[in-house]
Amino acid sequence: MKDDEINDGSVENPGSSRRGFLKQSSALAALAMTPPAALTAVEKGLDEKLAVAFEQIPLKVEINGAMQQLKIEPRVTLLDLLREQLNLTGTKKGCDYGQCGACTVHVDGQRVNACLTLAMTTDGCKVTTIEGLAEGGPEGKLHPMQEAFIKHDGFQCGYCTPGQIMSAVACIREGHAKNPDEIREYMSGNICRCGAYSNIVDAIMDVKQGGAKV
Amino acid sequence: MNQFQYMRVTNPKAAVAAVSKDNTTMFLAGGTNLIDLMKRGVEAPEKLVDITRIPLNTIEKTATGLRIGALAKNTAVAEHELVVKNFPLLSMALNAGASPQLRNMATIGGNMMQRTRCSYFYDTALPCNKREPGSGCGAIGGYNRMHAIFGTSTKCIAVHPSDMCIALVALDATVNVSGPKGDRRIPFADFHRLPGDTPQKDNMLQPGELIMSVDLPMNGFAGNSHYLKVRDRASYAFALVSVGVGLKMSGNTIQDVRLAMGGVAHKPWRLTEAEKFLKGKPATEATFKQAAELAMKGAKGHGENDFKLTMAPNSIVEALKTAAKTA
Ligand SMILES: Cc1cc2nc3c(=O)[nH]c(=O)nc-3n(C[C@H](O)[C@H](O)[C@H](O)COP(=O)(O)OP(=O)(O)OC[C@H]3O[C@@H](n4cnc5c(N)ncnc54)[C@H](O)[C@@H]3O)c2cc1C
Ligand code: SF4
Repeated sequence: MKDDEINDGSVENPGSSRRGFLKQSSALAALAMTPPAALTAVEKGLDEKLAVAFEQIPLKVEINGAMQQLKIEPRVTLLDLLREQLNLTGTKKGCDYGQCGACTVHVDGQRVNACLTLAMTTDGCKVTTIEGLAEGGPEGKLHPMQEAFIKHDGFQCGYCTPGQIMSAVACIREGHAKNPDEIREYMSGNICRCGAYSNIVDAIMDVKQGGAKV
Repeated sequence: MNQFQYMRVTNPKAAVAAVSKDNTTMFLAGGTNLIDLMKRGVEAPEKLVDITRIPLNTIEKTATGLRIGALAKNTAVAEHELVVKNFPLLSMALNAGASPQLRNMATIGGNMMQRTRCSYFYDTALPCNKREPGSGCGAIGGYNRMHAIFGTSTKCIAVHPSDMCIALVALDATVNVSGPKGDRRIPFADFHRLPGDTPQKDNMLQPGELIMSVDLPMNGFAGNSHYLKVRDRASYAFALVSVGVGLKMSGNTIQDVRLAMGGVAHKPWRLTEAEKFLKGKPATEATFKQAAELAMKGAKGHGENDFKLTMAPNSIVEALKTAAKTA
């Protein structure tokens, strides 16, 4: 089997490039061939930036309702993709190690830490960020949870707020907002250094009890 | 993070083939441990094989119990009705771990394979035999508040940080793996290992082997189970000490018991001596204390973690009391 032949479908390679990869067995044949110039550049240990230019692989992901056809480096996290390439800076980088929750977004309806999610793993998925929460987009009416955070003063500096709100919405949708204790436990993945916790719990309880569609 | 090649596989065979080629290729599941370690330079694989699209996320009844796919998410398992009903200890342990976001990402296989949280292991500027064999152990004589009191060696005193694994070892789980040499089954109690002279090896998985699923045999512990996790804050923190208990009661008599501890050893620590002692005994605080004493035989502190020598037996008694509903 030649390197550029498509295999039995068990391996999908979204277009890798380095020679080492191409040398692998036919079972791992690449779907896309790499320009020979790139290979030579990599082999000669040329400037990483040059190599990087050829390392971009295709990614198709729906973000806040809009289909995005992108080309990215495999090591790009979902967080960096959102902030650095798509200018969706509502999602915050706090610790960057999954310890603070500031980067919380929804992937296929589940809340996750965007900082520990490789963007490539969201291929074919639906991502919702704080910018996509309000109906009608950023210009539309605020989501009930956003309104509740304002009403209850659920923040001081506001840096953790997008993550808190994304997590709070998921918390209610999952059915984990029955009482303040449960909310505290299921919001524990979102740290607030200003300590607005009690107001955050109030905001979530308010939305939950108000029965608004979240 | 280092540069790497990314490939996606959709069946176990392709995954095993891809990773067996060389030791610079790694499986990527939820990524919550691996991406973290790659960002810090502790791991630097040249290729990542994304296994999340392999259909290994089912939870199903078998003739003898339950089979949980290795790619099932921690949340999905913790909340699955068959798990909640038959193995509440596993649900409790999973829910005690990490955060809701991380549990939505983390898989069962990845959870078993997670590395220690020893701060020397995480800091590439410091010595650590697990990360760099032969460089020394920073934790011995250093900051070792989180470290082991059982089964340590002169090379490493780290603990395995998983909560889920404490439940799995108590519940007599078996791990099904598939590798370049075929399939095999590993009793969960033998899956992880003690550090000895090769702390770089956390477990018995061979290069290229993929965890496929975990089997749990049915048992009679569902009515009296408890997972107690003692930590620095009420949630979203690793265990200082944790205890998993399953009791099968007949009136006030303990017919059968499973007992395991976390945060105390390089592997999930099953308390077989204490189990043997408790069988047939009445569920009283006095017997629980005796059992805890037996369980602590051979425990050794390393300075900062000496408090575990008191915390561990107290936690065993508390967990047993709660499980027996005598608390
Ligand atoms: C901030 C934070 C707090 C945490 N707190 C806790 C806690 O309190 N309790 C707790 O138990 N855990 C905790 N964790 C750890 C978490 O549970 C693990 O990171 C997670 O379970 C790993 O699963 P994963 O699917 O994300 O694995 P990955 O990160 O994808 O992989 C981990 C390792 O397993 C290997 N691997 C994955 N799947 C397989 C497979 N099927 N076969 C063979 N090898 C495989 C990978 O190659 C890699 O080496 C915490 C993590 C973070 C970041
Ligand atoms: S305890 Fe183990 S992991 Fe920690 S520094 Fe020592 S060798 Fe490394």
